[in-house]
Amino acid sequence: MSEITPSQTVGPFFAYGLAPHSRCDWKPSDVYDWKETAGANLVTPDASGTKIRIEGQVLDGDGLPINDAMLEIWQADAQGRYAHPRDSGTRPNTKFMGFGRSATDKSGTYSFDTIKPGSVPGPNGKAQAPHIVFCIFSRGMLRQIHTRLYFSDEAANASDPILTLVPADRRGTLVAHKEMRGELPVYRFDIRVQGENETVFFDI
Amino acid sequence: MTLVFPRESLSVFPKHLTPDYRSTVKRTPSKPLIIVPQTLSELTGPVYGHDAVQEGDADLTKQHKGEPLGERIIVHGHVLDEDKRPVPDTLVEIWQANACGRYVHNVDQHPAPLDPNFTGAGRTVTDSKGYYRFITVKPGAYPWGNHHNAWRPNHIHFSVFGHSFLSRLVTQMYFPGDCLFPFDPIFNSVTDEKARQRMISKFDLENTIPDWALCFRFDIVLRGREATPQDTDKH
Ligand SMILES: [Fe+3]
Repeated sequence: MSEITPSQTVGPFFAYGLAPHSRCDWKPSDVYDWKETAGANLVTPDASGTKIRIEGQVLDGDGLPINDAMLEIWQADAQGRYAHPRDSGTRPNTKFMGFGRSATDKSGTYSFDTIKPGSVPGPNGKAQAPHIVFCIFSRGMLRQIHTRLYFSDEAANASDPILTLVPADRRGTLVAHKEMRGELPVYRFDIRVQGENETVFFDI
Repeated sequence: MTLVFPRESLSVFPKHLTPDYRSTVKRTPSKPLIIVPQTLSELTGPVYGHDAVQEGDADLTKQHKGEPLGERIIVHGHVLDEDKRPVPDTLVEIWQANACGRYVHNVDQHPAPLDPNFTGAGRTVTDSKGYYRFITVKPGAYPWGNHHNAWRPNHIHFSVFGHSFLSRLVTQMYFPGDCLFPFDPIFNSVTDEKARQRMISKFDLENTIPDWALCFRFDIVLRGREATPQDTDKH
């Protein structure tokens, strides 16, 4: 039997500790008086690549917005390098951390401003299509759930070693659709925790 | 090759769907999770904290003009991996109710007083031995709407990162001997008795400071083992 410490829900009241400046609008003044450890804007002055925005809603089994979820994302930089000792590539964007955190607001909406990631190595050296790893926490989730965001404008999705493990009729739930908002590419990525068009979640 | 982050390690986690905790019913994936290999995207993770953490963030009793009301306590311990090796330089964040069982959070409607001298958020980074230490006050129990007369046992919420995205853990630390344990569906969502005990801190008399504060020890064991590829052929 495993000896790790079990997971427990993040509960409804994490915002003032974990996401005090997030788009979470629980508080009339919008923000809690606590410096955030990590926020929803990942863009650093030294980050090269295409600036993008990711937006979406988190929905429950009745299609209702989950207004007390926290999303964490982890991604490579535009050159496909993770800011982590295990990734041996040199990183010119040393300030770009690749980690973001956003709470959902009253309409279940979250957003991230970031850089479109490059391709990273996959199992057996096969390249993975550009993607962002998502981790979702909320009241009513005793443990986090994991998913991935892929980009609608990437031909490499068709041969991605992870995406191709997903039944073809469900792959679409992992693909964020691009629209232009002026100059800014915005990728829409809704997360349906349960029910019709349920997002694919991974056992990692 | 043996996985550095074996999936079996998660066997002690609660089931996603735990109907006694009502909110899980509509917030649980209904389709089976898809098993995928652990790639560089999962085996890496944020190395965060040093710039974000300031001196004093680990003392929740010194964030305001005066001292908060309640029992001052020390909460400390080690962050370890499954091979009991320390996890150094990792971010540990906590949040909790005040001594009356009330969160600063705007939607907490429990009619207990807020304490102008207590927010209830703290953070620190483990040292080279995986050690962390907070000073805070003991959080009160609070009611919640899950079922008739539902009260949460006293607890402190913990968020820990570890070496990779796979070791990321959000949990709750409980206090020894709480009379509410048998009635709390969140605590009991962990069905393995020994695993449940690991969420309960231990009273630490040795590190209790005379005339000042009780001490509780809470060691956190994260998913993750040493890679031992040479062993794989034997299995
Ligand atoms: Fe709580």
